Amino acid sequence: MLQSDLATVLPELILAIYAMGALMFGVSSGKDQTTGTLTWATAGMFVALALWIGFGNAGDRSAFGGMFTDDNFARFAKITILLSAAAVLLISQDYMARRDLARFEYPVLVSLSVIGMMMMVSAGDLMALYMGLELQSLALYVVAALRRDSARSTEAGLKYFVLGALSSGLLLYGASLTYGYAGTTLFSGILSTVNEEVPLGLLFGLVFMLAGLAFKVSAAPFHMWTPDVYEGSPTPVTAFFATAPKVAAMALIARLAYDAFGGIPDDWSQVLSALAVLSMFWGALAAIGQRDIKRLMAYSSIAHMGFALVGLAAGTAEGVQAMLIYMAIYVAMNVGTFAFILSMERDGKPVTDIASLNMYSRTDPMKALAMLVLLFSLAGVPPMLGFFGKFYVFRAAVDADMAWLALAGAVASVIGAYYYLRVVFYMYFGTEGDRLDSRMAPAQWLALVAVAAAMLLGIINLFGIESAAALAAESLVR
Amino acid sequence: MTVADVAFYCFSTVTVAAGLMMTVSRNPVHSVLWLILAFLSSAGLFVLLGAEFVAMLLIIVYVGAVAVLFLFVVMMLDIDFAELKGEMAKYMPLALLVGVVILIQIGLGIGAWVEADGKMGLRAAVAPDAAQVENTRALGLLIYDKYIYLFQASGLILLVAMIGAIVLTLRHRSGLKRQDILQQMYRDPAKAMELVDVKPGQGL
Repeated sequence: MLQSDLATVLPELILAIYAMGALMFGVSSGKDQTTGTLTWATAGMFVALALWIGFGNAGDRSAFGGMFTDDNFARFAKITILLSAAAVLLISQDYMARRDLARFEYPVLVSLSVIGMMMMVSAGDLMALYMGLELQSLALYVVAALRRDSARSTEAGLKYFVLGALSSGLLLYGASLTYGYAGTTLFSGILSTVNEEVPLGLLFGLVFMLAGLAFKVSAAPFHMWTPDVYEGSPTPVTAFFATAPKVAAMALIARLAYDAFGGIPDDWSQVLSALAVLSMFWGALAAIGQRDIKRLMAYSSIAHMGFALVGLAAGTAEGVQAMLIYMAIYVAMNVGTFAFILSMERDGKPVTDIASLNMYSRTDPMKALAMLVLLFSLAGVPPMLGFFGKFYVFRAAVDADMAWLALAGAVASVIGAYYYLRVVFYMYFGTEGDRLDSRMAPAQWLALVAVAAAMLLGIINLFGIESAAALAAESLVR
Repeated sequence: MTVADVAFYCFSTVTVAAGLMMTVSRNPVHSVLWLILAFLSSAGLFVLLGAEFVAMLLIIVYVGAVAVLFLFVVMMLDIDFAELKGEMAKYMPLALLVGVVILIQIGLGIGAWVEADGKMGLRAAVAPDAAQVENTRALGLLIYDKYIYLFQASGLILLVAMIGAIVLTLRHRSGLKRQDILQQMYRDPAKAMELVDVKPGQGL
């Protein structure tokens, strides 16, 4: 019994043992001199686990009496999380080392938070959901305040912690109401008790839980923390915030909606559509006045979460597939963009003002071109992959008779295109000013160029993620 | 009314009153003392429910350790709580309004409370039969056996909390002289000092 359970959670178990081993290694050997080694080892570990999960045995399994589910959906999300976390670790290595942030606890905390994310996407029980979420969030609160001598970073960590605690409170209150109705915390048990007639108390529970999770994906109107935390945290940490945790939280919402409340799709669908519309428009409109590229990326992530929620709100297998494709593309674009942001510096000092990109195309035409492709893709301009992500979610919405949602999304993406194009404008037609340094670490350069190339080449067959996402969606929506 | 009923009303009134006093009392030390009273009376409520293990845990862990720790923190930190309260008083009317609205909404939700048909069955399916095993044993069976996954996960969460506390507070100061006991023990007197025969009337 226990053996088969442990075999099911083996990837998580190995990662947990690795994290503890890395911690012991870091403490007992050269402390912060080992950071480089540990970062590479952790990234290698993530990639190896992702390959193993991807090529390992297929089929649905569950462990610990249904508290842990291992199906195609969980595997798709886990691979996305692991690969993006590995990529972010590698592109930030250079920045951390040069800015006196190379602390060996960072890769350890990232591994622990990735374990939390893997637990989240596999959750089959309200308690397991909460445990995964807390493990992930607690590690993130710490890394947000990693630059502890800077007031901005400390403020970011504290703000994230306090608002995260509030959202956990909302989530737990919703979970308690749901338990009060169903008498069980198992998703399968909740699914069996919830039918057409939804009592008010259960609806409260559902809405509270979705509100708590919306905090984690930074969907409007629960997004207030995002710009400040993104701006205040060290840039590598911001890059991490914008990628893996978003996938995990989005997958968790999908899991909760389908596995526990699959019987009442109309009730959560309207909540998710409201969140989607608000996020898309708020992300597009509020970003217009931003001058700081990290804040800009914060609003961009709010808007992108809105688009992903459109797919989920459709309430169909097609919608879940579209959401997964969207998240995979979103994560890839963010890795590329942050690889560039991490390399932005003038006279060896990091800059984040978008005006500093003035005439960047003269300094470095190759990188400017890659960045142009990425920004077009983020905006959703047709030949790039970002357009296909939006296309899938809108098609899912239209097929689910929610054409108004797709229309709202199209309007919001046109508004949002303005601020991405403004960055492009600065790069190509801005006024002459102080140039940025052209130095860029090899890992960052590789990530930037590879992702930009993928945005163009991916249109041929989307690298096969379409069929993988379809399989994943099938295993979730039964 | 049986004795148990009387005890229940006593304990619950004291819990609520102590909780209220904890929030409104001006002196933070008094607040902690009220908190201890609230813990103690909730322990009494747990005893009435037949959960004596949890009751003892509440007294030993929360009253014995956590509340005393709070007391130390409150006494050691130099925070002007009166000023903080003054800040808070500014937002009081709005907070009260929001609070009342939420209270009414939740009242509506809970007033029309409906339970699922199979609720009691699902609830009973998890826990061991109370008549067969005693309290502590039943908890152990759940925590260390059925919910081992969650137990281990909470262990990881505590590990993160520990790493976080160290990362954010530990500072390695340079220029600090630390005692190295081994080095002290292995010091060789022959190398450490030199005997010089100083002639009278001469310096070194």
